[in-house]
Amino acid sequence: MKVLYFAWLRERVGLGEEDLTLPPDITDVAGLVAWLRTRSPGHEAAFAHGKLVRCAVNQDFALPDATVTDRDEVAFFPPVTGG
Amino acid sequence: MAIIRVQTEDFDLGAEYAALTQGRSDIGGIASFVGVVRDTAGGRPIVSMTLEHYPGMTERALSKIAEAACARWDLQGCTLLHRVGELQPGENIVLVLAAAPHRQAALDACAYLIDWLKTRAPFWKKERFTDGTESWVDAREADDLAVERWGAA
Repeated sequence: MKVLYFAWLRERVGLGEEDLTLPPDITDVAGLVAWLRTRSPGHEAAFAHGKLVRCAVNQDFALPDATVTDRDEVAFFPPVTGG
Repeated sequence: MAIIRVQTEDFDLGAEYAALTQGRSDIGGIASFVGVVRDTAGGRPIVSMTLEHYPGMTERALSKIAEAACARWDLQGCTLLHRVGELQPGENIVLVLAAAPHRQAALDACAYLIDWLKTRAPFWKKERFTDGTESWVDAREADDLAVERWGAA
């Protein structure tokens, strides 16, 4: 699975992108977030303010109950501020 | 029908207008919106603004927004250009053009396109202040309210 981070999530995690093998018991975005938080203090800091974290699965916005598989591209980022 | 680009370089409003209307005489009106970098944020002077995006998803999101506008207003064409990278106060950030047979559709579609772009396209702004500090721009509740007037996406 490819996991991407943008804006202040990227800065806190310390990475823009990582290739991970999804544990078989994780099936949705919420489970993925709970697992990612345990990977480093930076990950924990990035996801500590859960209300400000948005997600996309395969480049479409996704909610915490969205399904994820090991073949997906999942991105985490703050609310968007373009325009 | 939609022209969609994400780019670091500046754009030229006249050139984009010409590209949208070239060879056509059926268009009745073209509405435009240009977003520009302001020199202050929350009353504090800024020296620059850096725009980050999610390559791939950005183009996909902009295409969907354009498709939704075209379906709703029977547009004859539209243009969505957004710059990324470091920009100085006074520089252009974003361009929206909407062409339609009549003015109301062009004006409404232009407002719809920029409102949805601000809430659904994956861009993030970081401001650098004159004292050397930097901060990511917070999403504005006003932008969510602006998009609500259009009803469901």
